[in-house]
Order: sequence, then C-alpha cells, then structure tokens
Amino acid sequence: MTILGMPILTVLIVLPILGGLIVALLPRSAESQAKHVAFAVALLEFAASLPLWFAYQPGGPPFQFVEKVPWIPGLGASWHLGLDGLSIFLVLLTTALSALAILGSFSAIHERTRAYYMLLLLLEGAMIGTFLALDMVVFYFFWEAMLVPMYLLIGVWGGTERIRAAVKFFLYTMAGSVLMLVAILWIYFLHFHQTGVYTTDLLQLYQTNVPLGAQTWLFLAFAVAFAIKVPMWPFHTWLPLAHVEAPTAGSVILAAVLLKMGTYGFMRFAMPLFPNAAYALAPALNLLAVIGIIYGALVAMVQPDLKKLVAYSSVSHLGFCILGMFAFNSPGWAGSLMQMLNHGISTGALFLLVGVIYERRHTRMIAEFGGLWKIMPVYSVIFLVVMLSSIGLPGTNGFVGEFLVLLGAFQHPDNRIWAILAATGVILSACYMLWMYQRVIFGTITNAANEGLKDLTPREIAVFVPLLALIFWIGLFPNPILTRMQPSIDHQLELIRTRALYQREIEVQQAIGRLTPPSGTRPTTPTSPGVGQGSAVGQ
Amino acid sequence: MNGISFSQADFLAMLPVWALTITGCLLMLVNMTPRKPGSNVSALLTLIGLAVAGWGLWSHRDTTKAMFNEMYIVDPFSTFFALLFVAIAFVAVLLSWDYLKRTALEQGEYYALIAFSTLGMIFMAAANDLMMIFLGLELMSIALYILAGFRKNRFESNEAALKYFLLGAFATGFLLYGMALIYGTTGTTNLSQIGNYLNGSPITSTPLFVIGSLLLLVGFAFKVSLVPFHMWTPDAYEGAPTTATAFMSAGAKAAGFAGLLRVGMGALPGVMPDWTQLLTGLAILTMTIGNVTAILQSNLKRMLAYSSIAHAGYILLGVIAGGTDGYAAVLFYLAVYSVMNLGAFGIVSLMGQGTDERVRVADLAGIGFRRPWMGVAMAVFMLGLAGIPPTAGFLGKFYLFRAALAEGHLTLVIVAVLNSVIAVYYYLRPVVVMYMTQPEGESLEISPAIPATIALVSLVVLTFALGVSPTALADAAMHSVLAVFH
Repeated sequence: MTILGMPILTVLIVLPILGGLIVALLPRSAESQAKHVAFAVALLEFAASLPLWFAYQPGGPPFQFVEKVPWIPGLGASWHLGLDGLSIFLVLLTTALSALAILGSFSAIHERTRAYYMLLLLLEGAMIGTFLALDMVVFYFFWEAMLVPMYLLIGVWGGTERIRAAVKFFLYTMAGSVLMLVAILWIYFLHFHQTGVYTTDLLQLYQTNVPLGAQTWLFLAFAVAFAIKVPMWPFHTWLPLAHVEAPTAGSVILAAVLLKMGTYGFMRFAMPLFPNAAYALAPALNLLAVIGIIYGALVAMVQPDLKKLVAYSSVSHLGFCILGMFAFNSPGWAGSLMQMLNHGISTGALFLLVGVIYERRHTRMIAEFGGLWKIMPVYSVIFLVVMLSSIGLPGTNGFVGEFLVLLGAFQHPDNRIWAILAATGVILSACYMLWMYQRVIFGTITNAANEGLKDLTPREIAVFVPLLALIFWIGLFPNPILTRMQPSIDHQLELIRTRALYQREIEVQQAIGRLTPPSGTRPTTPTSPGVGQGSAVGQ
Repeated sequence: MNGISFSQADFLAMLPVWALTITGCLLMLVNMTPRKPGSNVSALLTLIGLAVAGWGLWSHRDTTKAMFNEMYIVDPFSTFFALLFVAIAFVAVLLSWDYLKRTALEQGEYYALIAFSTLGMIFMAAANDLMMIFLGLELMSIALYILAGFRKNRFESNEAALKYFLLGAFATGFLLYGMALIYGTTGTTNLSQIGNYLNGSPITSTPLFVIGSLLLLVGFAFKVSLVPFHMWTPDAYEGAPTTATAFMSAGAKAAGFAGLLRVGMGALPGVMPDWTQLLTGLAILTMTIGNVTAILQSNLKRMLAYSSIAHAGYILLGVIAGGTDGYAAVLFYLAVYSVMNLGAFGIVSLMGQGTDERVRVADLAGIGFRRPWMGVAMAVFMLGLAGIPPTAGFLGKFYLFRAALAEGHLTLVIVAVLNSVIAVYYYLRPVVVMYMTQPEGESLEISPAIPATIALVSLVVLTFALGVSPTALADAAMHSVLAVFH
C-alpha cells in the first residue's frame, strides 16, 4: 500500500518528522501560526494512518504493509517495517492522541511555539517508528532518538522542577536501554554463529536458539529497559516527577503512548526472543505487576496533586498490562493490549482535563477546587465519563481490558492468586478516582477563586468529543478491535510456545548427549524450529 | 639497499606532502616580509594548500606504493587518515579565520604550524618505519606545543604549552627508547621486516623486547591521552587557542591511533593479543576516569578535554578487539569523533567577544533560543558525542561495541555502555543550560563569522548524514584496514 508512491509505513514515520522541520523553519512572524500548521500536519498524519484500519486483514499474513530495504548492509541492518494486530492500534492511538495533544496545547503554550510543536511532531515520528520497526537496529534507533524531544519538552516547557524531571527521565531510560543494546548484540552474534549470517532482522532473530543459561540474562537486559519505560514497580520513580513537571501535551503523550513502548517491547521482543526465560521469570514479573497495581493505587489515593494522582494511577493500570501478558494466554494478551489502548485514551483524557483547569487556575491541588459542577457543567460531565472509564465501569472501554486481563490471569492455573489480588486494584481505583472526583467537582464552591471559571470552549470540547466517542465505542462494541488483534495474538503466543518447547528439547538432547558415552551414537538434534518464520513475512 | 630512486609517479603520489611542505614554508616566508600580508591571505593560502593536498590524496585513493626504501607507504590506510587530517586541518583553518582576528592572535605562523602539524600526522599514518613514525610524531607535536602556547600573553596558555611540552618530551623519550630496544632485538626499524622477523619467533618474550614494546605503547598512550598518561590534556586543551584545541583534539588523537595501528598491525600483530589485558585495563580506566572527571568540570574546554579522554577509551575497544572489524570500527569512530569534536570546540570558539572569551558551561545560559541555530548545532554535537541516535556517534559506538563483543569482551562492553550513560549526564548539561536556564547577569555575546559558519553547518550535516547513512564511510574504513591487515 502506498501514499503518493511512497510505502505507507515510511510515510507515517517521515510525515510528522518533515512536518516538524517545516514548523521549525516557519518565519519568526508566524510564531502564532505554528500551532495551526502543526495541527494540520497531525491531522494529515491521522488521516494517513486511517487506511491501516480498513486495509489490515485479520488472519492474513502476520505482518502486513511490509517494507524491507537494506540499510546498513555491513551490519545486516535493514529498514524493515511491518504492521500486525499488536502494533496497529498503538500506531492509531499515537496518531490520534498526538493530534489531540496538539489541539489541546493551543492555549497553553505561548512561548517558543515553533520549537514546541516541532518537538511534538518529531516525537510522534519516532514513536511510530518504534512501533513499526521489525529490525532491532531500527527499533533501538527510534527508541533512543525519542528521548531527546521528550526531554526537551519536559525541560523547556515544564514546571518548576522541570530540569530535574527531564534529566531523570533521560538518564533512567538511557541507563535501562544500554544493557538492552548489549543484549541485542549478543543475540546478533548468536544468530551469526548458528547461521553464518549477520542480521538484525527481528523475524530472523526469532529463529535463533538461545541457550537457557544466556536467556535469563538477555531477557533481564531487555526486561529492565522495558520495565523502566512501563514503568513497573520499583522502576517507576521517574514517572510521577516527569508527569507532574511536563506540560499537558507532554503528559498526555507520555502516558498515552510512551509507556506503551515498554509493554509493547515485552510482547514484541523480550518474550518471543527469550521465551523460556519469560516463562521462568513470569512469577517474579507477575509479583511486581501486582505490587505495582496495589501500590500505585494506594499511593494515588493520598496524592494532593491531580497530576500526581493520575501518574500513580498509571503505574497501577500498567500493572494490569503486565499481568495479562504474563498469563501467556489469549484473553490475557487481548486484555493487555486493550488495557494499553484504554489507558492511552482514558489517562490521556484525564491529563487533558487536568490541563484544562490548570490553565485556568495555575494550580493542580485537589484542595484548591470543589464544587466545579455548578460553574463548569460540561467539564464535569466529561470528567465523570472519563473518570468512570478509568475505573473500568462496564459500558466504558476500561472494563473490557481489565476484565480480559483478570480472566486471562485467572485461567492460568498458577496465576489465580495474582488475579484475585489484582482485582482489589480495581476496587482501589474506584476509591481514589471517586474520592478525587467528589472533592474536585461536588459540593459547594469552597474557593472564591473558582467562581469565575469558564466552562469548556468549543475547541476544548472538540478535543474531548473523539475521546468520549472512543470510550463508549470500545466499551460497547469491542469486537472490531478484538477480531483484528486476535490472529496476531495467537500467532505471537504460538511463537513463544513453540520456541520455548523447541529450546527445551535442544537442551534435553544435549544433556542426553553429554550422558551417553562418546562411542555411542549421538542423538540428532532437531533441525528446524516449530514455527516456520521464513513464511511468516507477508509481502 | 638501493639508492633512492624517484619517478614522476612517485612525485604525484607524494603530492600532499609537497603541497603541505610548500604551503608551510611559503606561509613562513610571506610573513617575514616587511609588509605582512594579513591573516586573510595566510588563511586562504593554507586552504589552497590543503585543498591541493586533498585532491592529491583523493586521486590516489586506490594506490598502493612503498617509497623511500619502504619508509613511506601510500596505501588506502594512509590515504584514509591523510584525508581525515587534511579535512580536520581545513575545518580548523575555517574556524580559526575570524577567531584569530577577534582574539588578536593574527599571525601567519599559526597557519604554518597547522600545515606542518598536519604533515607530521600524515607521516605517522604513512610510515612503515619506526624512524618515520618518530619523525612524524615530533613534527606534529612540536608544532602543537607552539600552538598550545600561541596566546602568548595569557598565563594559562603559557602553562599549557610548558606542560604539554615537558610531558610530551618525556613521552617522546619513552617512545624513542622503546624504538631503540625494538631495534636492538630485531636489528631493523622497518615495520614489515620487524613483523617478518617476529613472526612465530620466541624473541617476543625476551625482557628486552617486552620492555621495548611497552615503552612504545606508553608513548602512544600519551599522545592519544589514555589514563594515566592524560594529565596534560585538560590543561593543554584549556590553555590553547580554542580553534587550535579543536585541531589537536581531533587530529592528534587520530594521528596517535594511526601510528599505534601502523605499528600494531605492521610490526607487532603477534604481540597485540598479549596486550589485551593491559589495554583492557587502560580502556576501563580511561573511560571511567575521563567520564567521571568530566562531570565535575564547569569549564567547557576542560569538560570536552575529559570527554575526549573518555572517547580514547571507547576507541581502545576497537583496538583490543582487533581484526578487520575492530580496526575498521576504530577508523570509523575516529572520523565521526573528529566531526563532532571539531564542531563542539568550533562552537566554543564563537563564544565571547573580542579578546574576552567565555568558555564556562554556564555562559551558554539561554543561548538556545536567542541563537537558535547555534543552539541546535551545539545540541547536535553534544548528543552526538553522547552517542544518541540519529547522530553518527551512535553508530560509531555501535560498530565499536559490536567488534569488541564479537571477540567476547563482554565485561569491557558493559563497562563502556554504562560509561556512556555517565557521559550522557554531562553532555546534557550544556543542553540544559542552553535551553532551560536564563543567564544571570549579562548574557553571552556570540561572534559569528562566515567561514566558521560554513564549517559548522557542514559538521552538523555530516553528524546526521553519517548517523543515518554510514555505509560509504564504513566501507572506506574497511577497505583501508584490509590494505594493511591480512
């Protein structure tokens, strides 16, 4: 599929980057027009991403719209992009939320607008690149490149502690990912020793047999990088700081898209590449996930600052994604993916809502508000819906994801206890959200400064309408999404399962080989992995 | 041994050497005339000389030829480095053009010294004889000592020159003594003959030879500033005129590694593996001490000096790994590092007005939005040195780590990647200061200049271009290594 003769996935990566450069090169006199240009670019990007939804064939080739062009032949790296049921929604989420985040910044950002919108667009391009990459070098390239615009967004347009938040964000993520780079190189050489071919192509690395001993370390190297990004407890400390200090759009992108790179990374890279280690370490990750769910919820409850509350609720919600994933079954994965999507929509909307009152009052303290119901009715209604979707009320999107995750975890015989514990997180989330809503919205106006607050402007309503539509649409009719995910989930799970079995088989054979005396006939090792990945690339 | 025969083809292959020698001498001559020609003429003359040298090199890029009793070799390896040195000098001249006028250092000799120093570097890369290496090293170093002290009436410049000279002379002594001992054991100074003589010979374990080769290593370690032979670097870099610092931080380091690789690949290929442990220790020390000390610096020039020490440590990874992949990674990284480091020092050379130079990190406050282009350029160089994609610094490191891991140096690679996280901390500082703080007191004045702007813009473009499309340079590096290393 092409747009104007260019392959669509490349267009999706290049378009926002070019758009960002155009915004940056606008003349100084056009400073106030930068937002319009940026929004136009983001809308165009969203429009360009929509055909993916219609043209993607569930049950077709595992990867669709595939592009593969040699990039650095000496390294074996190629510009290999592809889309499947795991990445399609994250890409659509990115294009949609980026446009809304830009629209939501119109009245919040007055200084250095060209640079601001340029960075948002560059960030969008890098994020989409991360989700589409099917080559480890391309993936790592975007994964790291994305840090720079986010760092600058927090550091330049953020709050009082912005510098500390920006540097902490950068260093944490960087520290996590450098060891992943070593692990990438390790598996790259492993593949070379097994096949004689240097390649960083993910689909080929999927066929590499990784010895069990090495798997643990390699999985951990990947897992730390992703766990920091998710963030999983206890690697979450950068997140509340970054969220609180970031400008609204920064928080929205951070919560809605950036964190998903971590969970997506587990599904796409860490688990299929090192399946045995993933199975072996699942209890530990489930434990961390459940701690994150409960800890995040408890800490969210006592936050006096709205943004911090939402930030800790993210830690809690992302725990569900991990829990679903490490159930290794279809409902768990579907729930995990749905939860990623829903968290993006609901939490993105929550940050936008906090941004709305912050713009009016320049404070985010819950204690400063109260009784907004009377003066901002439209705002309050939207807030109510978003809040309920974040709790996971049936009929909203949040319910679908959390339900499936808990179902998946419960179906896994070892994970029942985790499912039961995690379910308390759902109750806790109702506690902190409802309590927060009550203090901010209900009651009488306790603070005179709130009396003159204006309700949402038409532009702000325009930001929320698509999000509300998504909340109800996914909540009531999740099937179009689930059917698109399902084949890819099954494929990926099958890949993990067969790779794990195959590797165990090899190790058993080798152990037998060591036991039999040298004179005896050595058992033959199986020669081909269970899943034929060679045919897995759809063209 | 025959007498030296010399053909026209030889003359053409030696064109870069002629061009630079003549340029240097001419510059000295015209600056002796009663009516000095002014630095515009001198700079232009140097650029022409360098351009001719560059053209000569480019037209002989596939030539392999040994000359002067096999003392001087033209091959893709020497051509790769010579082109790099000429390019570094070209950029340094562009950067110096207005800097010298601004800081009242306008003397034609400056350019003559650059030309001679570049010549010395080329000799080192093209040498096939210990004496030739020594000659090149001295030619390069003596010119650099003078350049370091070029700001005659500034205390720190005098200190820089004296320190650099004394320690440099000491290191040269080590080098020369090492050469003497190697000559004593092998009976020749020719690198290829030493290599043949030592091939499989038990002599490599005799004390005389071991001490000789270690002394040689110390000499090179000094020139590329490996810890613990790095003490001169921050002082020399800080005291020297900023554009001369740019020149020596890129050129001298590349030349040091060129000489080390020449000796290592040509004469001591069997000995290099024995050095692995030693070099591993040096690399870990160099990276860690360089990076950690850089964090503590408030002076940009000193920070970049320590960062350049750390980079020598990264490059050592390629040397330790060895093999075609390892050495090619070294060549690639040296080129990329030169681009980014010239850029970083180039930006520093624009800071301040008149003879008042502002080189503290804090001086950059708020510059990012007041001078957007300069801010972007500085940020690109910093992120490039930190190794963040899509800059060339990332791929440079990737090649080095790949080569080291291929040889199983896992610990070393892990130390290196953790070091690059430390490095991010201080490379981000100028970015933080430029974009996220406001100046206290008067804000920094920038003295932009057209030649420097041309140079900086090309360096920014190169930083991105090599980061996205490295194949041409990587292939050239591999081609060069294959010419020497079999």
